Amino acid sequence: MTRKVAVVGVGVSKFGNRTDVSLPELAWEAVKEAFDDARLGPEDVQGFVVGNMGGWSSEALPAVVVGEYCGLVPKSGIRVEAACATGSAAVRTAYHMIASGEADIVMAIGVEKMNESPTPTVVEFIGRAGNYFWEFENFGLTFPGYYALYATAYMQRYGATEEDLCKVAVKNHYYGSLNPKAQFQRAITVEECLNSRYIAWPLKLYDSSPITDGAAAVILASEEAARKITDTPVWIKAIGYANGTANLSKRPDFVGLEAAQVAAKMAYKKAGIDPENPVKHFDVAEVHDCFTIAEIMAYEDLGFAKRGEGYKLIREGQTYIGGVIPVNLDGGLKAKGHPIGATGVSMVAELTKQLRQQAERGRQATIKNGMALAHNVGGTGHYAFVTILGLSP
Amino acid sequence: MTSNATSSGKTVASAVRDVFERIYGDPLKQLESLITATGLPVYKDPKTGALLWVDVRELRLRFTLSVNKLEKFIEGLRGGKLMYTQCRRCGAKYFPPQVDCPRCKASDVEWREVSTEGELVTWTVINVKPASFSHQGDYVVGIVKMPDGFNITAWIDADPKTLKPGMKMRLVVDRRPGEGYITYWFKPAF
Repeated sequence: MTRKVAVVGVGVSKFGNRTDVSLPELAWEAVKEAFDDARLGPEDVQGFVVGNMGGWSSEALPAVVVGEYCGLVPKSGIRVEAACATGSAAVRTAYHMIASGEADIVMAIGVEKMNESPTPTVVEFIGRAGNYFWEFENFGLTFPGYYALYATAYMQRYGATEEDLCKVAVKNHYYGSLNPKAQFQRAITVEECLNSRYIAWPLKLYDSSPITDGAAAVILASEEAARKITDTPVWIKAIGYANGTANLSKRPDFVGLEAAQVAAKMAYKKAGIDPENPVKHFDVAEVHDCFTIAEIMAYEDLGFAKRGEGYKLIREGQTYIGGVIPVNLDGGLKAKGHPIGATGVSMVAELTKQLRQQAERGRQATIKNGMALAHNVGGTGHYAFVTILGLSP
Repeated sequence: MTSNATSSGKTVASAVRDVFERIYGDPLKQLESLITATGLPVYKDPKTGALLWVDVRELRLRFTLSVNKLEKFIEGLRGGKLMYTQCRRCGAKYFPPQVDCPRCKASDVEWREVSTEGELVTWTVINVKPASFSHQGDYVVGIVKMPDGFNITAWIDADPKTLKPGMKMRLVVDRRPGEGYITYWFKPAF
């Protein structure tokens, strides 16, 4: 028998090139905001989970450094890793600590300082996010390269164009321009995107999320604790999770991510979502748009569109506010930025604000159903988490 | 292509070292003068004005990977062959080769030579390269479906504009130009 778990406090730092703060100072910005949001302090949490990928930053033990700086010692803290889905892994771990009855209040913190290393070092590290020897050592795949293998196959099979991909970037930059915490706060045009240089053909610079420093924190609580803390708890209805093979060569196809499909199925079943028509249940979604092709595949993997028709959703503007399902109203990874370990936590923070109707003007979804979905992918479909949030338990 | 080292005599080891010297050499000289002039490895970020401490303890990583159980694969490369494994108990085929079969939990595999031709499934051109590959021009990486029942990820030696899904590809095992070590790649099979 597991217990119900609610989000009772959220915080997100400014995303961007944050050379003005150290890793724990950056984490504190989000931690402080989450504590203030819940009107709690470090003394109130029983444990914390830190999502951090690292490698490019100096701290080898980020959880203890963040724990000390944020006054959380001697509460139990650990660091978790699931590549670009590290933040969701932190939320999942905190969720299970409460659902199991082990703890009543736990904080999930995602933090990443990618700019502690020069760009070539970061490119080198993310390129190794697959199977080291069989993909990187001998063939020098890069992170955009892995997704480009999917983009080529998808475009060849279904006739999507580079312009369709750019439309995802245009949407996410538009909403990023309305989010004061986004790394990029400037709207772009399809032409600007199409004219940007290739980084891994057919993907261009403007198809890609940037190198980002940032932090996010969420405080989770049991039903009993949540009712005491807040009048507006946002419930974690379900978390689905799955993995994909390390080697992309072992995947069944290159037009969708099997791990995301499995994770969605698992989450839908648990939350009672109709897998044939999930959009009718949700007011808003956050999907993992590390590259524009990834957002289009996400539409299909989540059942928002039929296989091979995801690009039509963006072509028709159906993922803007007013469309069938608004997606990435905070700018997504593309414009808000993608601080690896913080991304999944920031998705839950954003959806909590959306469901509470606290998003900035112009980027607040209409809340009718009271449910929202976060889709967070680690690596190139190596990890996938689908988290469903709702206003009712 | 010859089976000797490349014409310049350079191998991947010195090619990568030269790139690193180019990328990281100047910042190192700047760090020297910064410490000499100011007594601290601290400067102001010209973009943001933020104070930055430059790490004075450089960390170098060069891993040594065990290929001990893949000896037949390594021998195969030396002989111009690409090898995969097949479980003697259940028949499962593995590329990349592995000596343990999780399907039937046996560790009794037969080493077999990969077929010479396959079909292109997908590909990309790596335009922005990792530092350790930036001595290379833009390269094409593809996934090729082999008749043996698995796919292989490798470079494709072809003009990317001429590539199409399903195109026949021929496997090559040889020393890679500019790097001098033996690896495998594909080229169009005509």
